[in-house]
Formats: sequence, structure tokens, C-alpha cells
Amino acid sequence: MTNREIDEISGVETTGHEWDGIKELDNPMPRWWLWTFYASIVFAIGYVIYYPAIPLINSYTTGISGETTRSILAEELSAATAAKASLVAKIEATPVSEIRDDDDLLRFSVAGGRSLYKVYCTQCHGSGAQGAPGYPNLNDDDWLWGGDVETIYTTIKHGVRNDEDDDARFSEMPGFGKDELLEPNEVRSVVEYVLQISDREHDAAKATEGKVIFADNCAACHGENGKGGREFGAPNLADALSLYGGIRAKLLAQVNSPKHGVMPAWGQRLGEASVRQLAVYIHSLGGGE
Amino acid sequence: MDTKTQSRVETFDAQAVNKKENRDLYEARKKIHPKRAEGWYRQLKWWIMAVTLGIYYITPWLRWDRGEYAPDQAVLLDVANRRFYFFFIEIWPHEFFYVAGLLVMAGIGLFLVTSTVGRAWCGYSCPQTVWVDLFLVFERFFEGDRNQRIKLDAAPWTISKIRKRVSKHIIWLMISIATGGAWIFYFADAPTLFVELFSGQAAFVAYTTVAVLTATTYVFGGFMREQVCTYMCPWPRIQAAMLDENSLTVTYNDWRGEPRTKHAKKAKREGIPIGDCVDCNACVVVCPMGIDIRDGQQLECITCALCIDACDGVMSKIGLDKGLISYSTLGIYDANMALASTLPENMAAKSEAEFSIAKMAAIDPKKVRDDSGKLFSHFVHASWRTVVRLRTIIYTALYCLIGLALIVSLLTRSNLNVNVLHDRNPIFVTLSDGSIRNGYEIKILNMLAEPSRFNVRLEGLPNAFVKIAGDDKNLGQNFTIDVDADKLRATRIYITVPKADITGTNVKLRLVVNRQGDNEEATYDANFVAPNGAK
Repeated sequence: MTNREIDEISGVETTGHEWDGIKELDNPMPRWWLWTFYASIVFAIGYVIYYPAIPLINSYTTGISGETTRSILAEELSAATAAKASLVAKIEATPVSEIRDDDDLLRFSVAGGRSLYKVYCTQCHGSGAQGAPGYPNLNDDDWLWGGDVETIYTTIKHGVRNDEDDDARFSEMPGFGKDELLEPNEVRSVVEYVLQISDREHDAAKATEGKVIFADNCAACHGENGKGGREFGAPNLADALSLYGGIRAKLLAQVNSPKHGVMPAWGQRLGEASVRQLAVYIHSLGGGE
Repeated sequence: MDTKTQSRVETFDAQAVNKKENRDLYEARKKIHPKRAEGWYRQLKWWIMAVTLGIYYITPWLRWDRGEYAPDQAVLLDVANRRFYFFFIEIWPHEFFYVAGLLVMAGIGLFLVTSTVGRAWCGYSCPQTVWVDLFLVFERFFEGDRNQRIKLDAAPWTISKIRKRVSKHIIWLMISIATGGAWIFYFADAPTLFVELFSGQAAFVAYTTVAVLTATTYVFGGFMREQVCTYMCPWPRIQAAMLDENSLTVTYNDWRGEPRTKHAKKAKREGIPIGDCVDCNACVVVCPMGIDIRDGQQLECITCALCIDACDGVMSKIGLDKGLISYSTLGIYDANMALASTLPENMAAKSEAEFSIAKMAAIDPKKVRDDSGKLFSHFVHASWRTVVRLRTIIYTALYCLIGLALIVSLLTRSNLNVNVLHDRNPIFVTLSDGSIRNGYEIKILNMLAEPSRFNVRLEGLPNAFVKIAGDDKNLGQNFTIDVDADKLRATRIYITVPKADITGTNVKLRLVVNRQGDNEEATYDANFVAPNGAK
């Protein structure tokens, strides 16, 4: 036990605690302090009764209010849903091509579309919608199926080459090399021609041969000048962009044994309003037509 | 022990009153009944009270015309819109450093005030002191001064007592409601909120705030009073640590006052040496903290100086010099004490307590006054010179310097602020014709209280062109952005450089923004990024 003593000046007993010669006097506490202490106990009892408080083995006391952070979140979420109900109704009633003309709907779509994109689209198209080989970049002005809001909306709603939706966009490029529709040297010539029309380094002599082969075999879908055919989702081959990579090896691989991208039918999964929001958002990324 | 031995010892049926077990762990508040003081300091305190209360209650109602796009309340803390209005000054959230600057000034101000005039804040301008004073005015009005109040406390409950008490508490509650109510007017348009408050349309938080502040005002001002200062407030501890031997504090000049006696005339007749203190307790009865200043500096003392007024009144009545209790410093006090006492040098005192007792005993009234009864002129008294010293000069200089820096920065600040954020992902987009597009968000902050149109000019990319997101129009290198009054507007723009004009992977560009109609201009340097080999 510490050394309790009577302080000479005040005549009060010390607690025996001493710091550098300064001693603590053991004065009585003010009584109101005691009352506030009791009041806090009463408050705590009330709190325990009203709110979930005591953990049990498999559960916990729910309290009269039954309020939990989860229930608060659920309430806030339903309140948020209710708050945007009128906008959801409005966006569903507005023709897709006219959504952008309404400032409120535009803001609602871009904000909602951005968060939907982050959840459902980034896995393939990338967090900045910059795409990846085989997955189109959504920022640029090159579109496989078309870049106006309505076309984007249709593509998102029904998807591409999936089994879920009968209206899914569908097309298939033959495996010209794999299925022996073209001789290997013909394939090489066609690729040189594609390199030529897309302003890349190429073998001019082979490209001339390729031009004829292209006209016979490819122009039906990709167009006479290789500028693509949107009704078939056939990429524009005459521009600076290419879906699977613009180098010779990648083009050869694609002509020999083409790969085909697949996209789910988001209409069934997300609902009408969300698909519309996404379409407007994608259209707003800079390449919209 | 056998019964025979026991019967020889007398036993008492008693217990020690102050036996340790009988001492209470908790002490009830002993009510203090401060008597009304009169004098110079009381006058000063009335004025300070009128000014501080006036500022508090009236400020939210002052109007200041800022045009149609900003509120016309002179002082407004608009939390919802994140603005702070103070007369001609409008502070935005990004300018919060002004508030930090004010806080630094408040800190240095605290050092300055404490090192010169001690706990003047506590004694004169602390809301606790001011409101307790205000409550006491009405307590005195209904219940009379100290003696009547003590009597009333002891008196049985009669109609008259009930009437007095009820009237007092009604007035106290009205003051409390006005006090709690005035607070929230600083955060919203006062006249609107006033109407809402009484028509039941104000926000729940407004009513809660008023209720809490009403309760604290009523309880702290009416009941807790000195308990707040002594037990709840950290100031007495903090300020005690900042005082030095040159700080002014309310001091009982015992070198002049001791030995005190109630029977001065008799003592004089008998030739017994006496000091000036007539032990009338005037200083004790006026003290709102319930202490006796003659016991020396105490934690409880808020230096309200009412004991100085009380004592000066008594001193002039009995024809002695004022200032037996006065503002003095420890340094002055020690010097005077040395002049007035015959303390043997190198006195070997065992403890502080013993030393102060010896000091008191050593006071010699003959060394205080000459034969004609006049105080010797070599005693020192505090004057304005006491507060001018290196420490306070440095504090004052620092205080003024920061204040000046804030004012200069406030007067020269731009009312236009531009920020350009380059897209991070993707940092560039290659378009089908091989040209490169970069996306930017250009944020223009219009800090004027009127809508403005800003000209934006692109420099550093000769053949580039700008498009605003969502609009297909090619704007070339010049475009305009409209920003509402007092708002920030973020606009997404795309800058596209044709393939032939790309000169590198990272090209500097500059956006020059200027407000139409004045010379306000701001620039922002950014980069245009292109992929390797795009050239």
C-alpha cells in the first residue's frame, strides 16, 4: 500500500500517489458526479432493453426496437429504390433514342450505368471500357453491330452468340484455313491485303493477289472495301483498329480458325431499366453515334 | 480479562466524528449566494456582458446583401451547401485553412491573454461566467440580495416563496430557450427558421439542438455554476500551467493587510501593530466561486475581480488606499513581501506550509507605513508596463503576423479555380482513322455570386480539336463553359489529335480559362498521351 499522509496546507489526506513531489489529495468527489454516474447506468439499462445488445450462444437479444445495422441498410436501400422509382418508370416509358434528350434521365443513366458497368461488364471489357483482344473497346468509334443508342441497347439486351436469347446477335466466320476453303498461300495473300487496306506494313505483290481472293470470299460480309458489315457484326478491316490484334500472325490465326466473342443477354438478368441505363452510359463514353 | 479488571476502566459510548469510515466519499454542493458588488470591475463586466450577449443573440439577424444567388445572412454556417459566410467573406470547403488559421490565432491569443492578464477569459468573457451573471441578475430581482436569499432558502414554503421561485425559474427557462434557439440561427436563414421553429416545420435536429442547449444553459447557469468551472472545465488546469511570475492575477496583498483584525480602533489604542485588512469578509460574500481570496491563489478563482471592487469600497470608506486586493503579479507580490517583512535570511523552513506561516508572521506593519500612515513609496504596483515584456511582445507579433497573412491571402485570392483531370483509364483511345483521343474532366469553380461564362483555350497541340462529351460538335481549340453562380462545374471534354500530328507519347498542353467580362484568368497544364508507335 502506498503512503497515505495528511497534507500540511490543506489538512486533507493524500491518496499516497506522488509525482515529482506533487501529491494527490483525496478530496471527496462532488455528489452530482455520482448522480451522472447513476444516470449513465440507467441509460445503459434502457439501451440494452431497446437495442440488440447481449450476445447469446446462437443468437442475441433483439431489444424492443429490433433494429440492426442490417435492417437499417435494408431500410435505406428500399428508400433509395423508392426514391428512384419515378425515374425508373420514366426511363422505361421513354423511347431509347430519346433518353439522352432528358437531362434528368441522362444523369440517371450515366450514373446508374457507370455502377452497373463496374459490376457486370468490367470482367471482359475492362474497368475503363478499354477492352482487350477479342473484347471490343467501348470508348472508340469502331462498332461491330452499330454505335447508336438503340443498337447498343439491342446488343446489350439480347447479347451476342448466346443460347439464352433467341434474338441474340449471331454470325459466324468460316474457318477458311481450318476447313480448307482457302489454300494456305491464299490465306496469306488475303492477310497481306487486309494489312494493306488498314495502312500497315505489307507485301504489295501478295496484297494484289489477296484483293481478288478477298472480293470472292470475304466481301460478302466485310464489304467490298473491307469496311465491315454491321448486319453481320463483321469488323471494319480497313481502319487502324482490330479486334484480335493488327499484326500478321493474329490475322492469319483469325482467318485460319476464327474466334468468336460471346456476350450474355443482359435483358433477362438486369431488367429493362438497367439495360437502358447501360446503353446510354456506353454511348456516352466518347464513341457513340 | 476478568470482570474485576474491566470494572475499573471507565468506557465511553462514543465514536470519533471524523473517523475515517465516517467521512463521506461524496460531497454535496454547498450553495453560494454571491452578493452584488459595485465598482469599476463590476461596471466593466456589465459592459462586456452586454456586448457578448448582444453579439450572440443579434448576429444571426444581421443581413448582408450578396445578390440573388447567395444568402443574405451576414454570418451563416451553411453546412448543407458547404459554405461559410462572414459579412464580405465567403469561405469554400477547400479554403478551410482560413479556419485553421483562425484556430492558430485563437491558440496564440490564449497564450497572449494568459501570460498578460491571467485567467481574464474565465472572469469576463467565458459564456459560463456571462450566463451565470445574467441568471444572478434575475435571481436578485426576484429574491433579493445575498442575505434575503439565504433567508428565503431557509424559510418554509409559503405562497410568496413559491411565487418568487416560480418567477425566477420561468425567466431562467426563457433565457435558456432563447440561448439554445439563437445557436441554430447561425446554421440556417434566421427569419425562415424562426417561423419554421414555431410552426413545427423545422427539422428534428433543430429541435433537438435547441432542447439540449436549453437544458445545458438552464442547468449550468442556474444550478451547477461554479461546479462547472471547478470540476468540469479543463481551462483552470491548462491556464494554471501557462501563468508565470509576471502574469496578472487577482491578489490579496497580505504584506499590507496582515495582521488582520476586526477591532482596528481598539488595537490602535493599545498600540498593537495591525495591517489594513479589517476582516469584514466583503471579499468573501461577493465571490461567485465561494472562496476567500485571502487564502492566496486558488484553482477555483476565475479572476472576476469582484473582490477587488468589494475591498476597494471598504478601503475608501475607512480612508485607506485602494488596492488591498488588486491585480498583481507573483513577482511584484514577492518584492513587496520582502520589503514588508523581517524574515530572517536563510530561514531553514521544513516545508512550504511552514514557510508561508513564518512569512505571514514576519510581516511588520511598521515597514509598510510611515509614521503619518502613508504607504512607503518603494512598494511596487502593477501598471501597463507589467504586461509589456519579451514574451508578450513575441506573442503579439506572431498573432498579428498570422492575422495579416490571412487578410492578405483573403484579399488576393482568385475567384476562379480550374482543375483538369486526365482520364486514368483508358489514358488514351485510338480511333478508327488512327487519330488519338484523350479524355479530360475540366472543373471550373466559379466563386462569384453570379453566373459566368468562361472562355477556354487549348494551347500546345496545334491541330488538335476539342469535343464536349455528349456533343458531337467539333469545337476546334476554343470553347465556352457556363458555370452557375457560386458553383463548381465539371465538364468532360475529349481532345483528339490526328495521326499525322502526333509528336510524342507525352505532349504538354495548357488550358487557359478566363471569365468573360473581367480579367480573371487561370491556366492548367496537362499532358496528352499517345501510345508508342502512334507517330
